[in-house]
Amino acid sequence: MLTPKGRGSLSEIVFESMRRPSTSWSAVLRTLPDDDDDVQITLWALYELHYRGFEDVDDALEWQPQLIELRRSLEAGFEQELRDRAPAHGPDGDFADAFFTVVADHDGPSLARYVQRDANREQVLELLRLRSIYHLKESDPTAWLVPRLPNSTKAALMELQFDEYGCGDPSALHAELFARGMDACGLRPEYGAYVDDAPVEVLEENNAMSLFGLNRRLRGAALGHLAAFEVTSSVPSRRIAQGMARLSLPDAMIGYYTEHVEADAVHEQLSVRTICGSLLDQEPGLRDDMFFGAFTCLDLEDRFARRMLEAWAA
Amino acid sequence: MTSAEHPDVIVCPGGPLLLRGDHLVQDAEGQVHRTTRPVSAICRCGKSAAQPWCDGTHKSIPRQQRP
Repeated sequence: MLTPKGRGSLSEIVFESMRRPSTSWSAVLRTLPDDDDDVQITLWALYELHYRGFEDVDDALEWQPQLIELRRSLEAGFEQELRDRAPAHGPDGDFADAFFTVVADHDGPSLARYVQRDANREQVLELLRLRSIYHLKESDPTAWLVPRLPNSTKAALMELQFDEYGCGDPSALHAELFARGMDACGLRPEYGAYVDDAPVEVLEENNAMSLFGLNRRLRGAALGHLAAFEVTSSVPSRRIAQGMARLSLPDAMIGYYTEHVEADAVHEQLSVRTICGSLLDQEPGLRDDMFFGAFTCLDLEDRFARRMLEAWAA
Repeated sequence: MTSAEHPDVIVCPGGPLLLRGDHLVQDAEGQVHRTTRPVSAICRCGKSAAQPWCDGTHKSIPRQQRP
């Protein structure tokens, strides 16, 4: 993947400096972002240096101090924004019960329902292009957590991640299933191919997962986000599969979603009960952060869904 | 290996039964299915469209009627 297109003063100078590291880093650090879009695409690219990187950027820049400094400054602002949007505390009572109830009571717009009943083929393909920013690196932001957890939670998380990563079979890896579906739909299956099309809501969804995964202090939020993601996946995945069948989309793409109906019916239980549950047994102080991560997952998806549904209704 | 912290079977209140490892599961019609993932979720509410596996449907039935 090449560096994405700049979206403002900050991203333009950062991407240019990443491609030509002889540029003055102090000029980069003095540059202010134009808007949220500019902030989020910059942050997305800075995080990407820790995943697969860019063909036109030296791998050594992953730990360039000025880029880390910039990332810290942007993600501090982003984290504060996410915390300001979320309730300060989660509900009391049995964790699993409270967690499932919070997610069930969260009433947001549903892209899955729209795909099931109303979307046309072009709209579904647009959705797939935007979902590909995450699905082609599915579970990777969660993988950052593994060495940062106590043993009981580490084992519980790996039980889920092993399934996500195909149980050792690369052709069954979820990101690979999605790539094959994209290819069958005539879309580009390469990692990061459609990032220039991603609206700020998609970048925020992706950046929140990297923020939580890459900062050990946010491990509670990361696992709460994971659990909310899994709890809201199984039933919506069936709706999307039904919508795709209605539009005669390729079986390979439908198969990705039907796989998630059953896989995530398991994963939602594991993520809430054995993963978050075991961490809370050892670190009960992380409970509010788990609800913060869960709210962030649901709220960012609401924002994305509202944007898409408004655009499609127009 | 089975231990108190890692049981083979977990009953989820209001939800499915989690089954660790490789098993053959016979559904209500007598058909036998092999598990395909490290942990499988067996439907307990009877409403799943993917029998014998859970598909999350229990969440759409009233709380007091869930298993």
